[in-house]
Amino acid sequence: MTTPALLPDGEPRAGGLRHGRPKYLEVRDLTVAFDGFVAVDRVTLDVIQGDLRFLIGPNGAGKTTIIDAITGLVPAAGSVNHTGTEILGRKVHKIARLGVGRTFQTASVFENLSVLQNLDIAAGPGRKAAELLRRRTRVDPAVQEALEIIGLEKAADKQAGTLAHGQKQWLEIGMLLVQNAEVLLLDEPIAGMSQDERDETGLLLRRIAASRITLVIEHDMNFVREFATSVTVLAAGKVLSEGSVAQVQADKKVQDVYLGTAGLEGH
Amino acid sequence: MSTFLQSRWAAPAGLAAGALLLLVSAPAALSVFNLALLGKFICFAIVAVGIGLAWGRGGMLTMGQGVFFGLGAYIMAMHLKLADASLFGGSGVPDFMSLYGSGEVPGWWEPFRSPVVTLAAVVLAPALVALLLGLAVFKRRVKGAYFAILSQALAAAFAVFLMGQQATTGGSNGLSGFRSFFGFDLKDPANKLMLYSVAAVVLLLALAATRQLMHSRFGELLVAVRDQEERVRFLGYDPATIKTLTYVIAAVMAGIAGALFVPIVGIISPADVGVIPSIAFLIGVAIGGRATLLGPVLGALGVAVAQTSLASTFPSFWVYFQGLLFVLVIGFMPGGLASLPQLVSRLKRRRIERGGKGSATAPATHAPEPAHPAPATAANVPEEASR
Repeated sequence: MTTPALLPDGEPRAGGLRHGRPKYLEVRDLTVAFDGFVAVDRVTLDVIQGDLRFLIGPNGAGKTTIIDAITGLVPAAGSVNHTGTEILGRKVHKIARLGVGRTFQTASVFENLSVLQNLDIAAGPGRKAAELLRRRTRVDPAVQEALEIIGLEKAADKQAGTLAHGQKQWLEIGMLLVQNAEVLLLDEPIAGMSQDERDETGLLLRRIAASRITLVIEHDMNFVREFATSVTVLAAGKVLSEGSVAQVQADKKVQDVYLGTAGLEGH
Repeated sequence: MSTFLQSRWAAPAGLAAGALLLLVSAPAALSVFNLALLGKFICFAIVAVGIGLAWGRGGMLTMGQGVFFGLGAYIMAMHLKLADASLFGGSGVPDFMSLYGSGEVPGWWEPFRSPVVTLAAVVLAPALVALLLGLAVFKRRVKGAYFAILSQALAAAFAVFLMGQQATTGGSNGLSGFRSFFGFDLKDPANKLMLYSVAAVVLLLALAATRQLMHSRFGELLVAVRDQEERVRFLGYDPATIKTLTYVIAAVMAGIAGALFVPIVGIISPADVGVIPSIAFLIGVAIGGRATLLGPVLGALGVAVAQTSLASTFPSFWVYFQGLLFVLVIGFMPGGLASLPQLVSRLKRRRIERGGKGSATAPATHAPEPAHPAPATAANVPEEASR
């Protein structure tokens, strides 16, 4: 297997790659219902490789549920197509092997293992049995590269449980990189971060998004304005608006929803 | 010290020291009777190594290892009975069968006349049962207490089944009175020493294999599955496969231990494989330190020695003491005795931190920062305790 470089050239842009055959995530009529309550209602969404899409919306809009449905955690109706492969209805680990990776609101790294071990495990699902039964003798080149990208080279041997909150989120993103995920689904990656950490994270997303299909759930509108290339607004389980940050901010429907709750500027 | 422990020579050196202790010192120092007793304890220790891997590293509370121990033991016992019957009786029918049964050997006993089939079955039967059970249970994401209860129920059912088969498995009396072991006279002290040595070598091999597993990528993955099973799934692994494989390894170790137990101790009965022995296997592992390599072995040996010496002087007291010890260890020292050094150093560090805090001037500059490191380090403790 040839490992593509973890860091692409260039920046993400609205609409994604304009040349070649870009990969894509095509969500059609995605519906998730819990005991009659429809959390996600016929959501249709396209994200093209190279786009850095943000998913915003008031609390309870169904943002996390969409990611849960795409990754197989909750059963859903409709269709999710990753570059020609239908992934809905498959098992969680099979979907992951098809190149769909995610992070969680509360960083869930393996606290009792070192940073290096965390990344090594993320890099490993394709390993053969003989390789698994042997001791790790050298650092995988992809793991080394990821360590540098997420800025944790010096913390490689630290227990992941002792990392600062922001570092844990970066480690999770690093795990997605070595996992070779083509689709990155990030659930509030900057929640609880300091301003410096937020900026670092935003820059990190800009660096990695140009060659990937990236969907980020975020509340912080300043962060969205600064780093998103495109935005989808969700409310009450439905897509309300989609476009550039300026476009959705100018959308009357979006303004109404946000004025009714937290206000688009604040939060 | 720690650099030596981590060096590439640590494992061979430890193995050599263990071999010296078990294969040279112990036979020289102990009487034939006590050596056989140690051999029996070593059988328990082999089971403990497997439990340490499955429970300590894999988070699977295996409360029914008696089943696998019993499978190995009964398969070996059936072979010994059949071999004795053709060597000494000539009829080829084990003594108890003529007493309680039809005087004919049941068809499912016949394969175990062959030593090769017997040795293969000692490994394969526990492996197969664990594989089927593991796949059925872990693929359905049954875990925690439910898995523990299920495995224990299996041990109970297995013992009840054996007790009901008076004519074919000896019922509650079990199988005993073995005279030969693959042609060797079991009364001969030289052969007893050989059996003991085989058990000791198997223990050392089990330890070596487990150490390799713990330090391999598989071992790291196993810890990841124990701590965050769901997260592992999102990385593209099926945790059920990893858990089942580990469960099979633990079962095979228990099966081999059972097969060695039979010629060393001379009897196997439902009382050795049911719920109580299954829990007894756990106690030593918990006390010694389930997540470490040597903790389970030392714990199992220690509990077995204590049981033998205390139970003969205070028979009723021992059971309560054992129960109390189990509760205390699980409640206050979930890492077992192996975690004692860590616990002490953590207490020391805490005392130093508390002493140093008064002299430190401005420790925090931003408001949100102090909130993060505190839960991160504190999180390890309750999480560990909840397991």
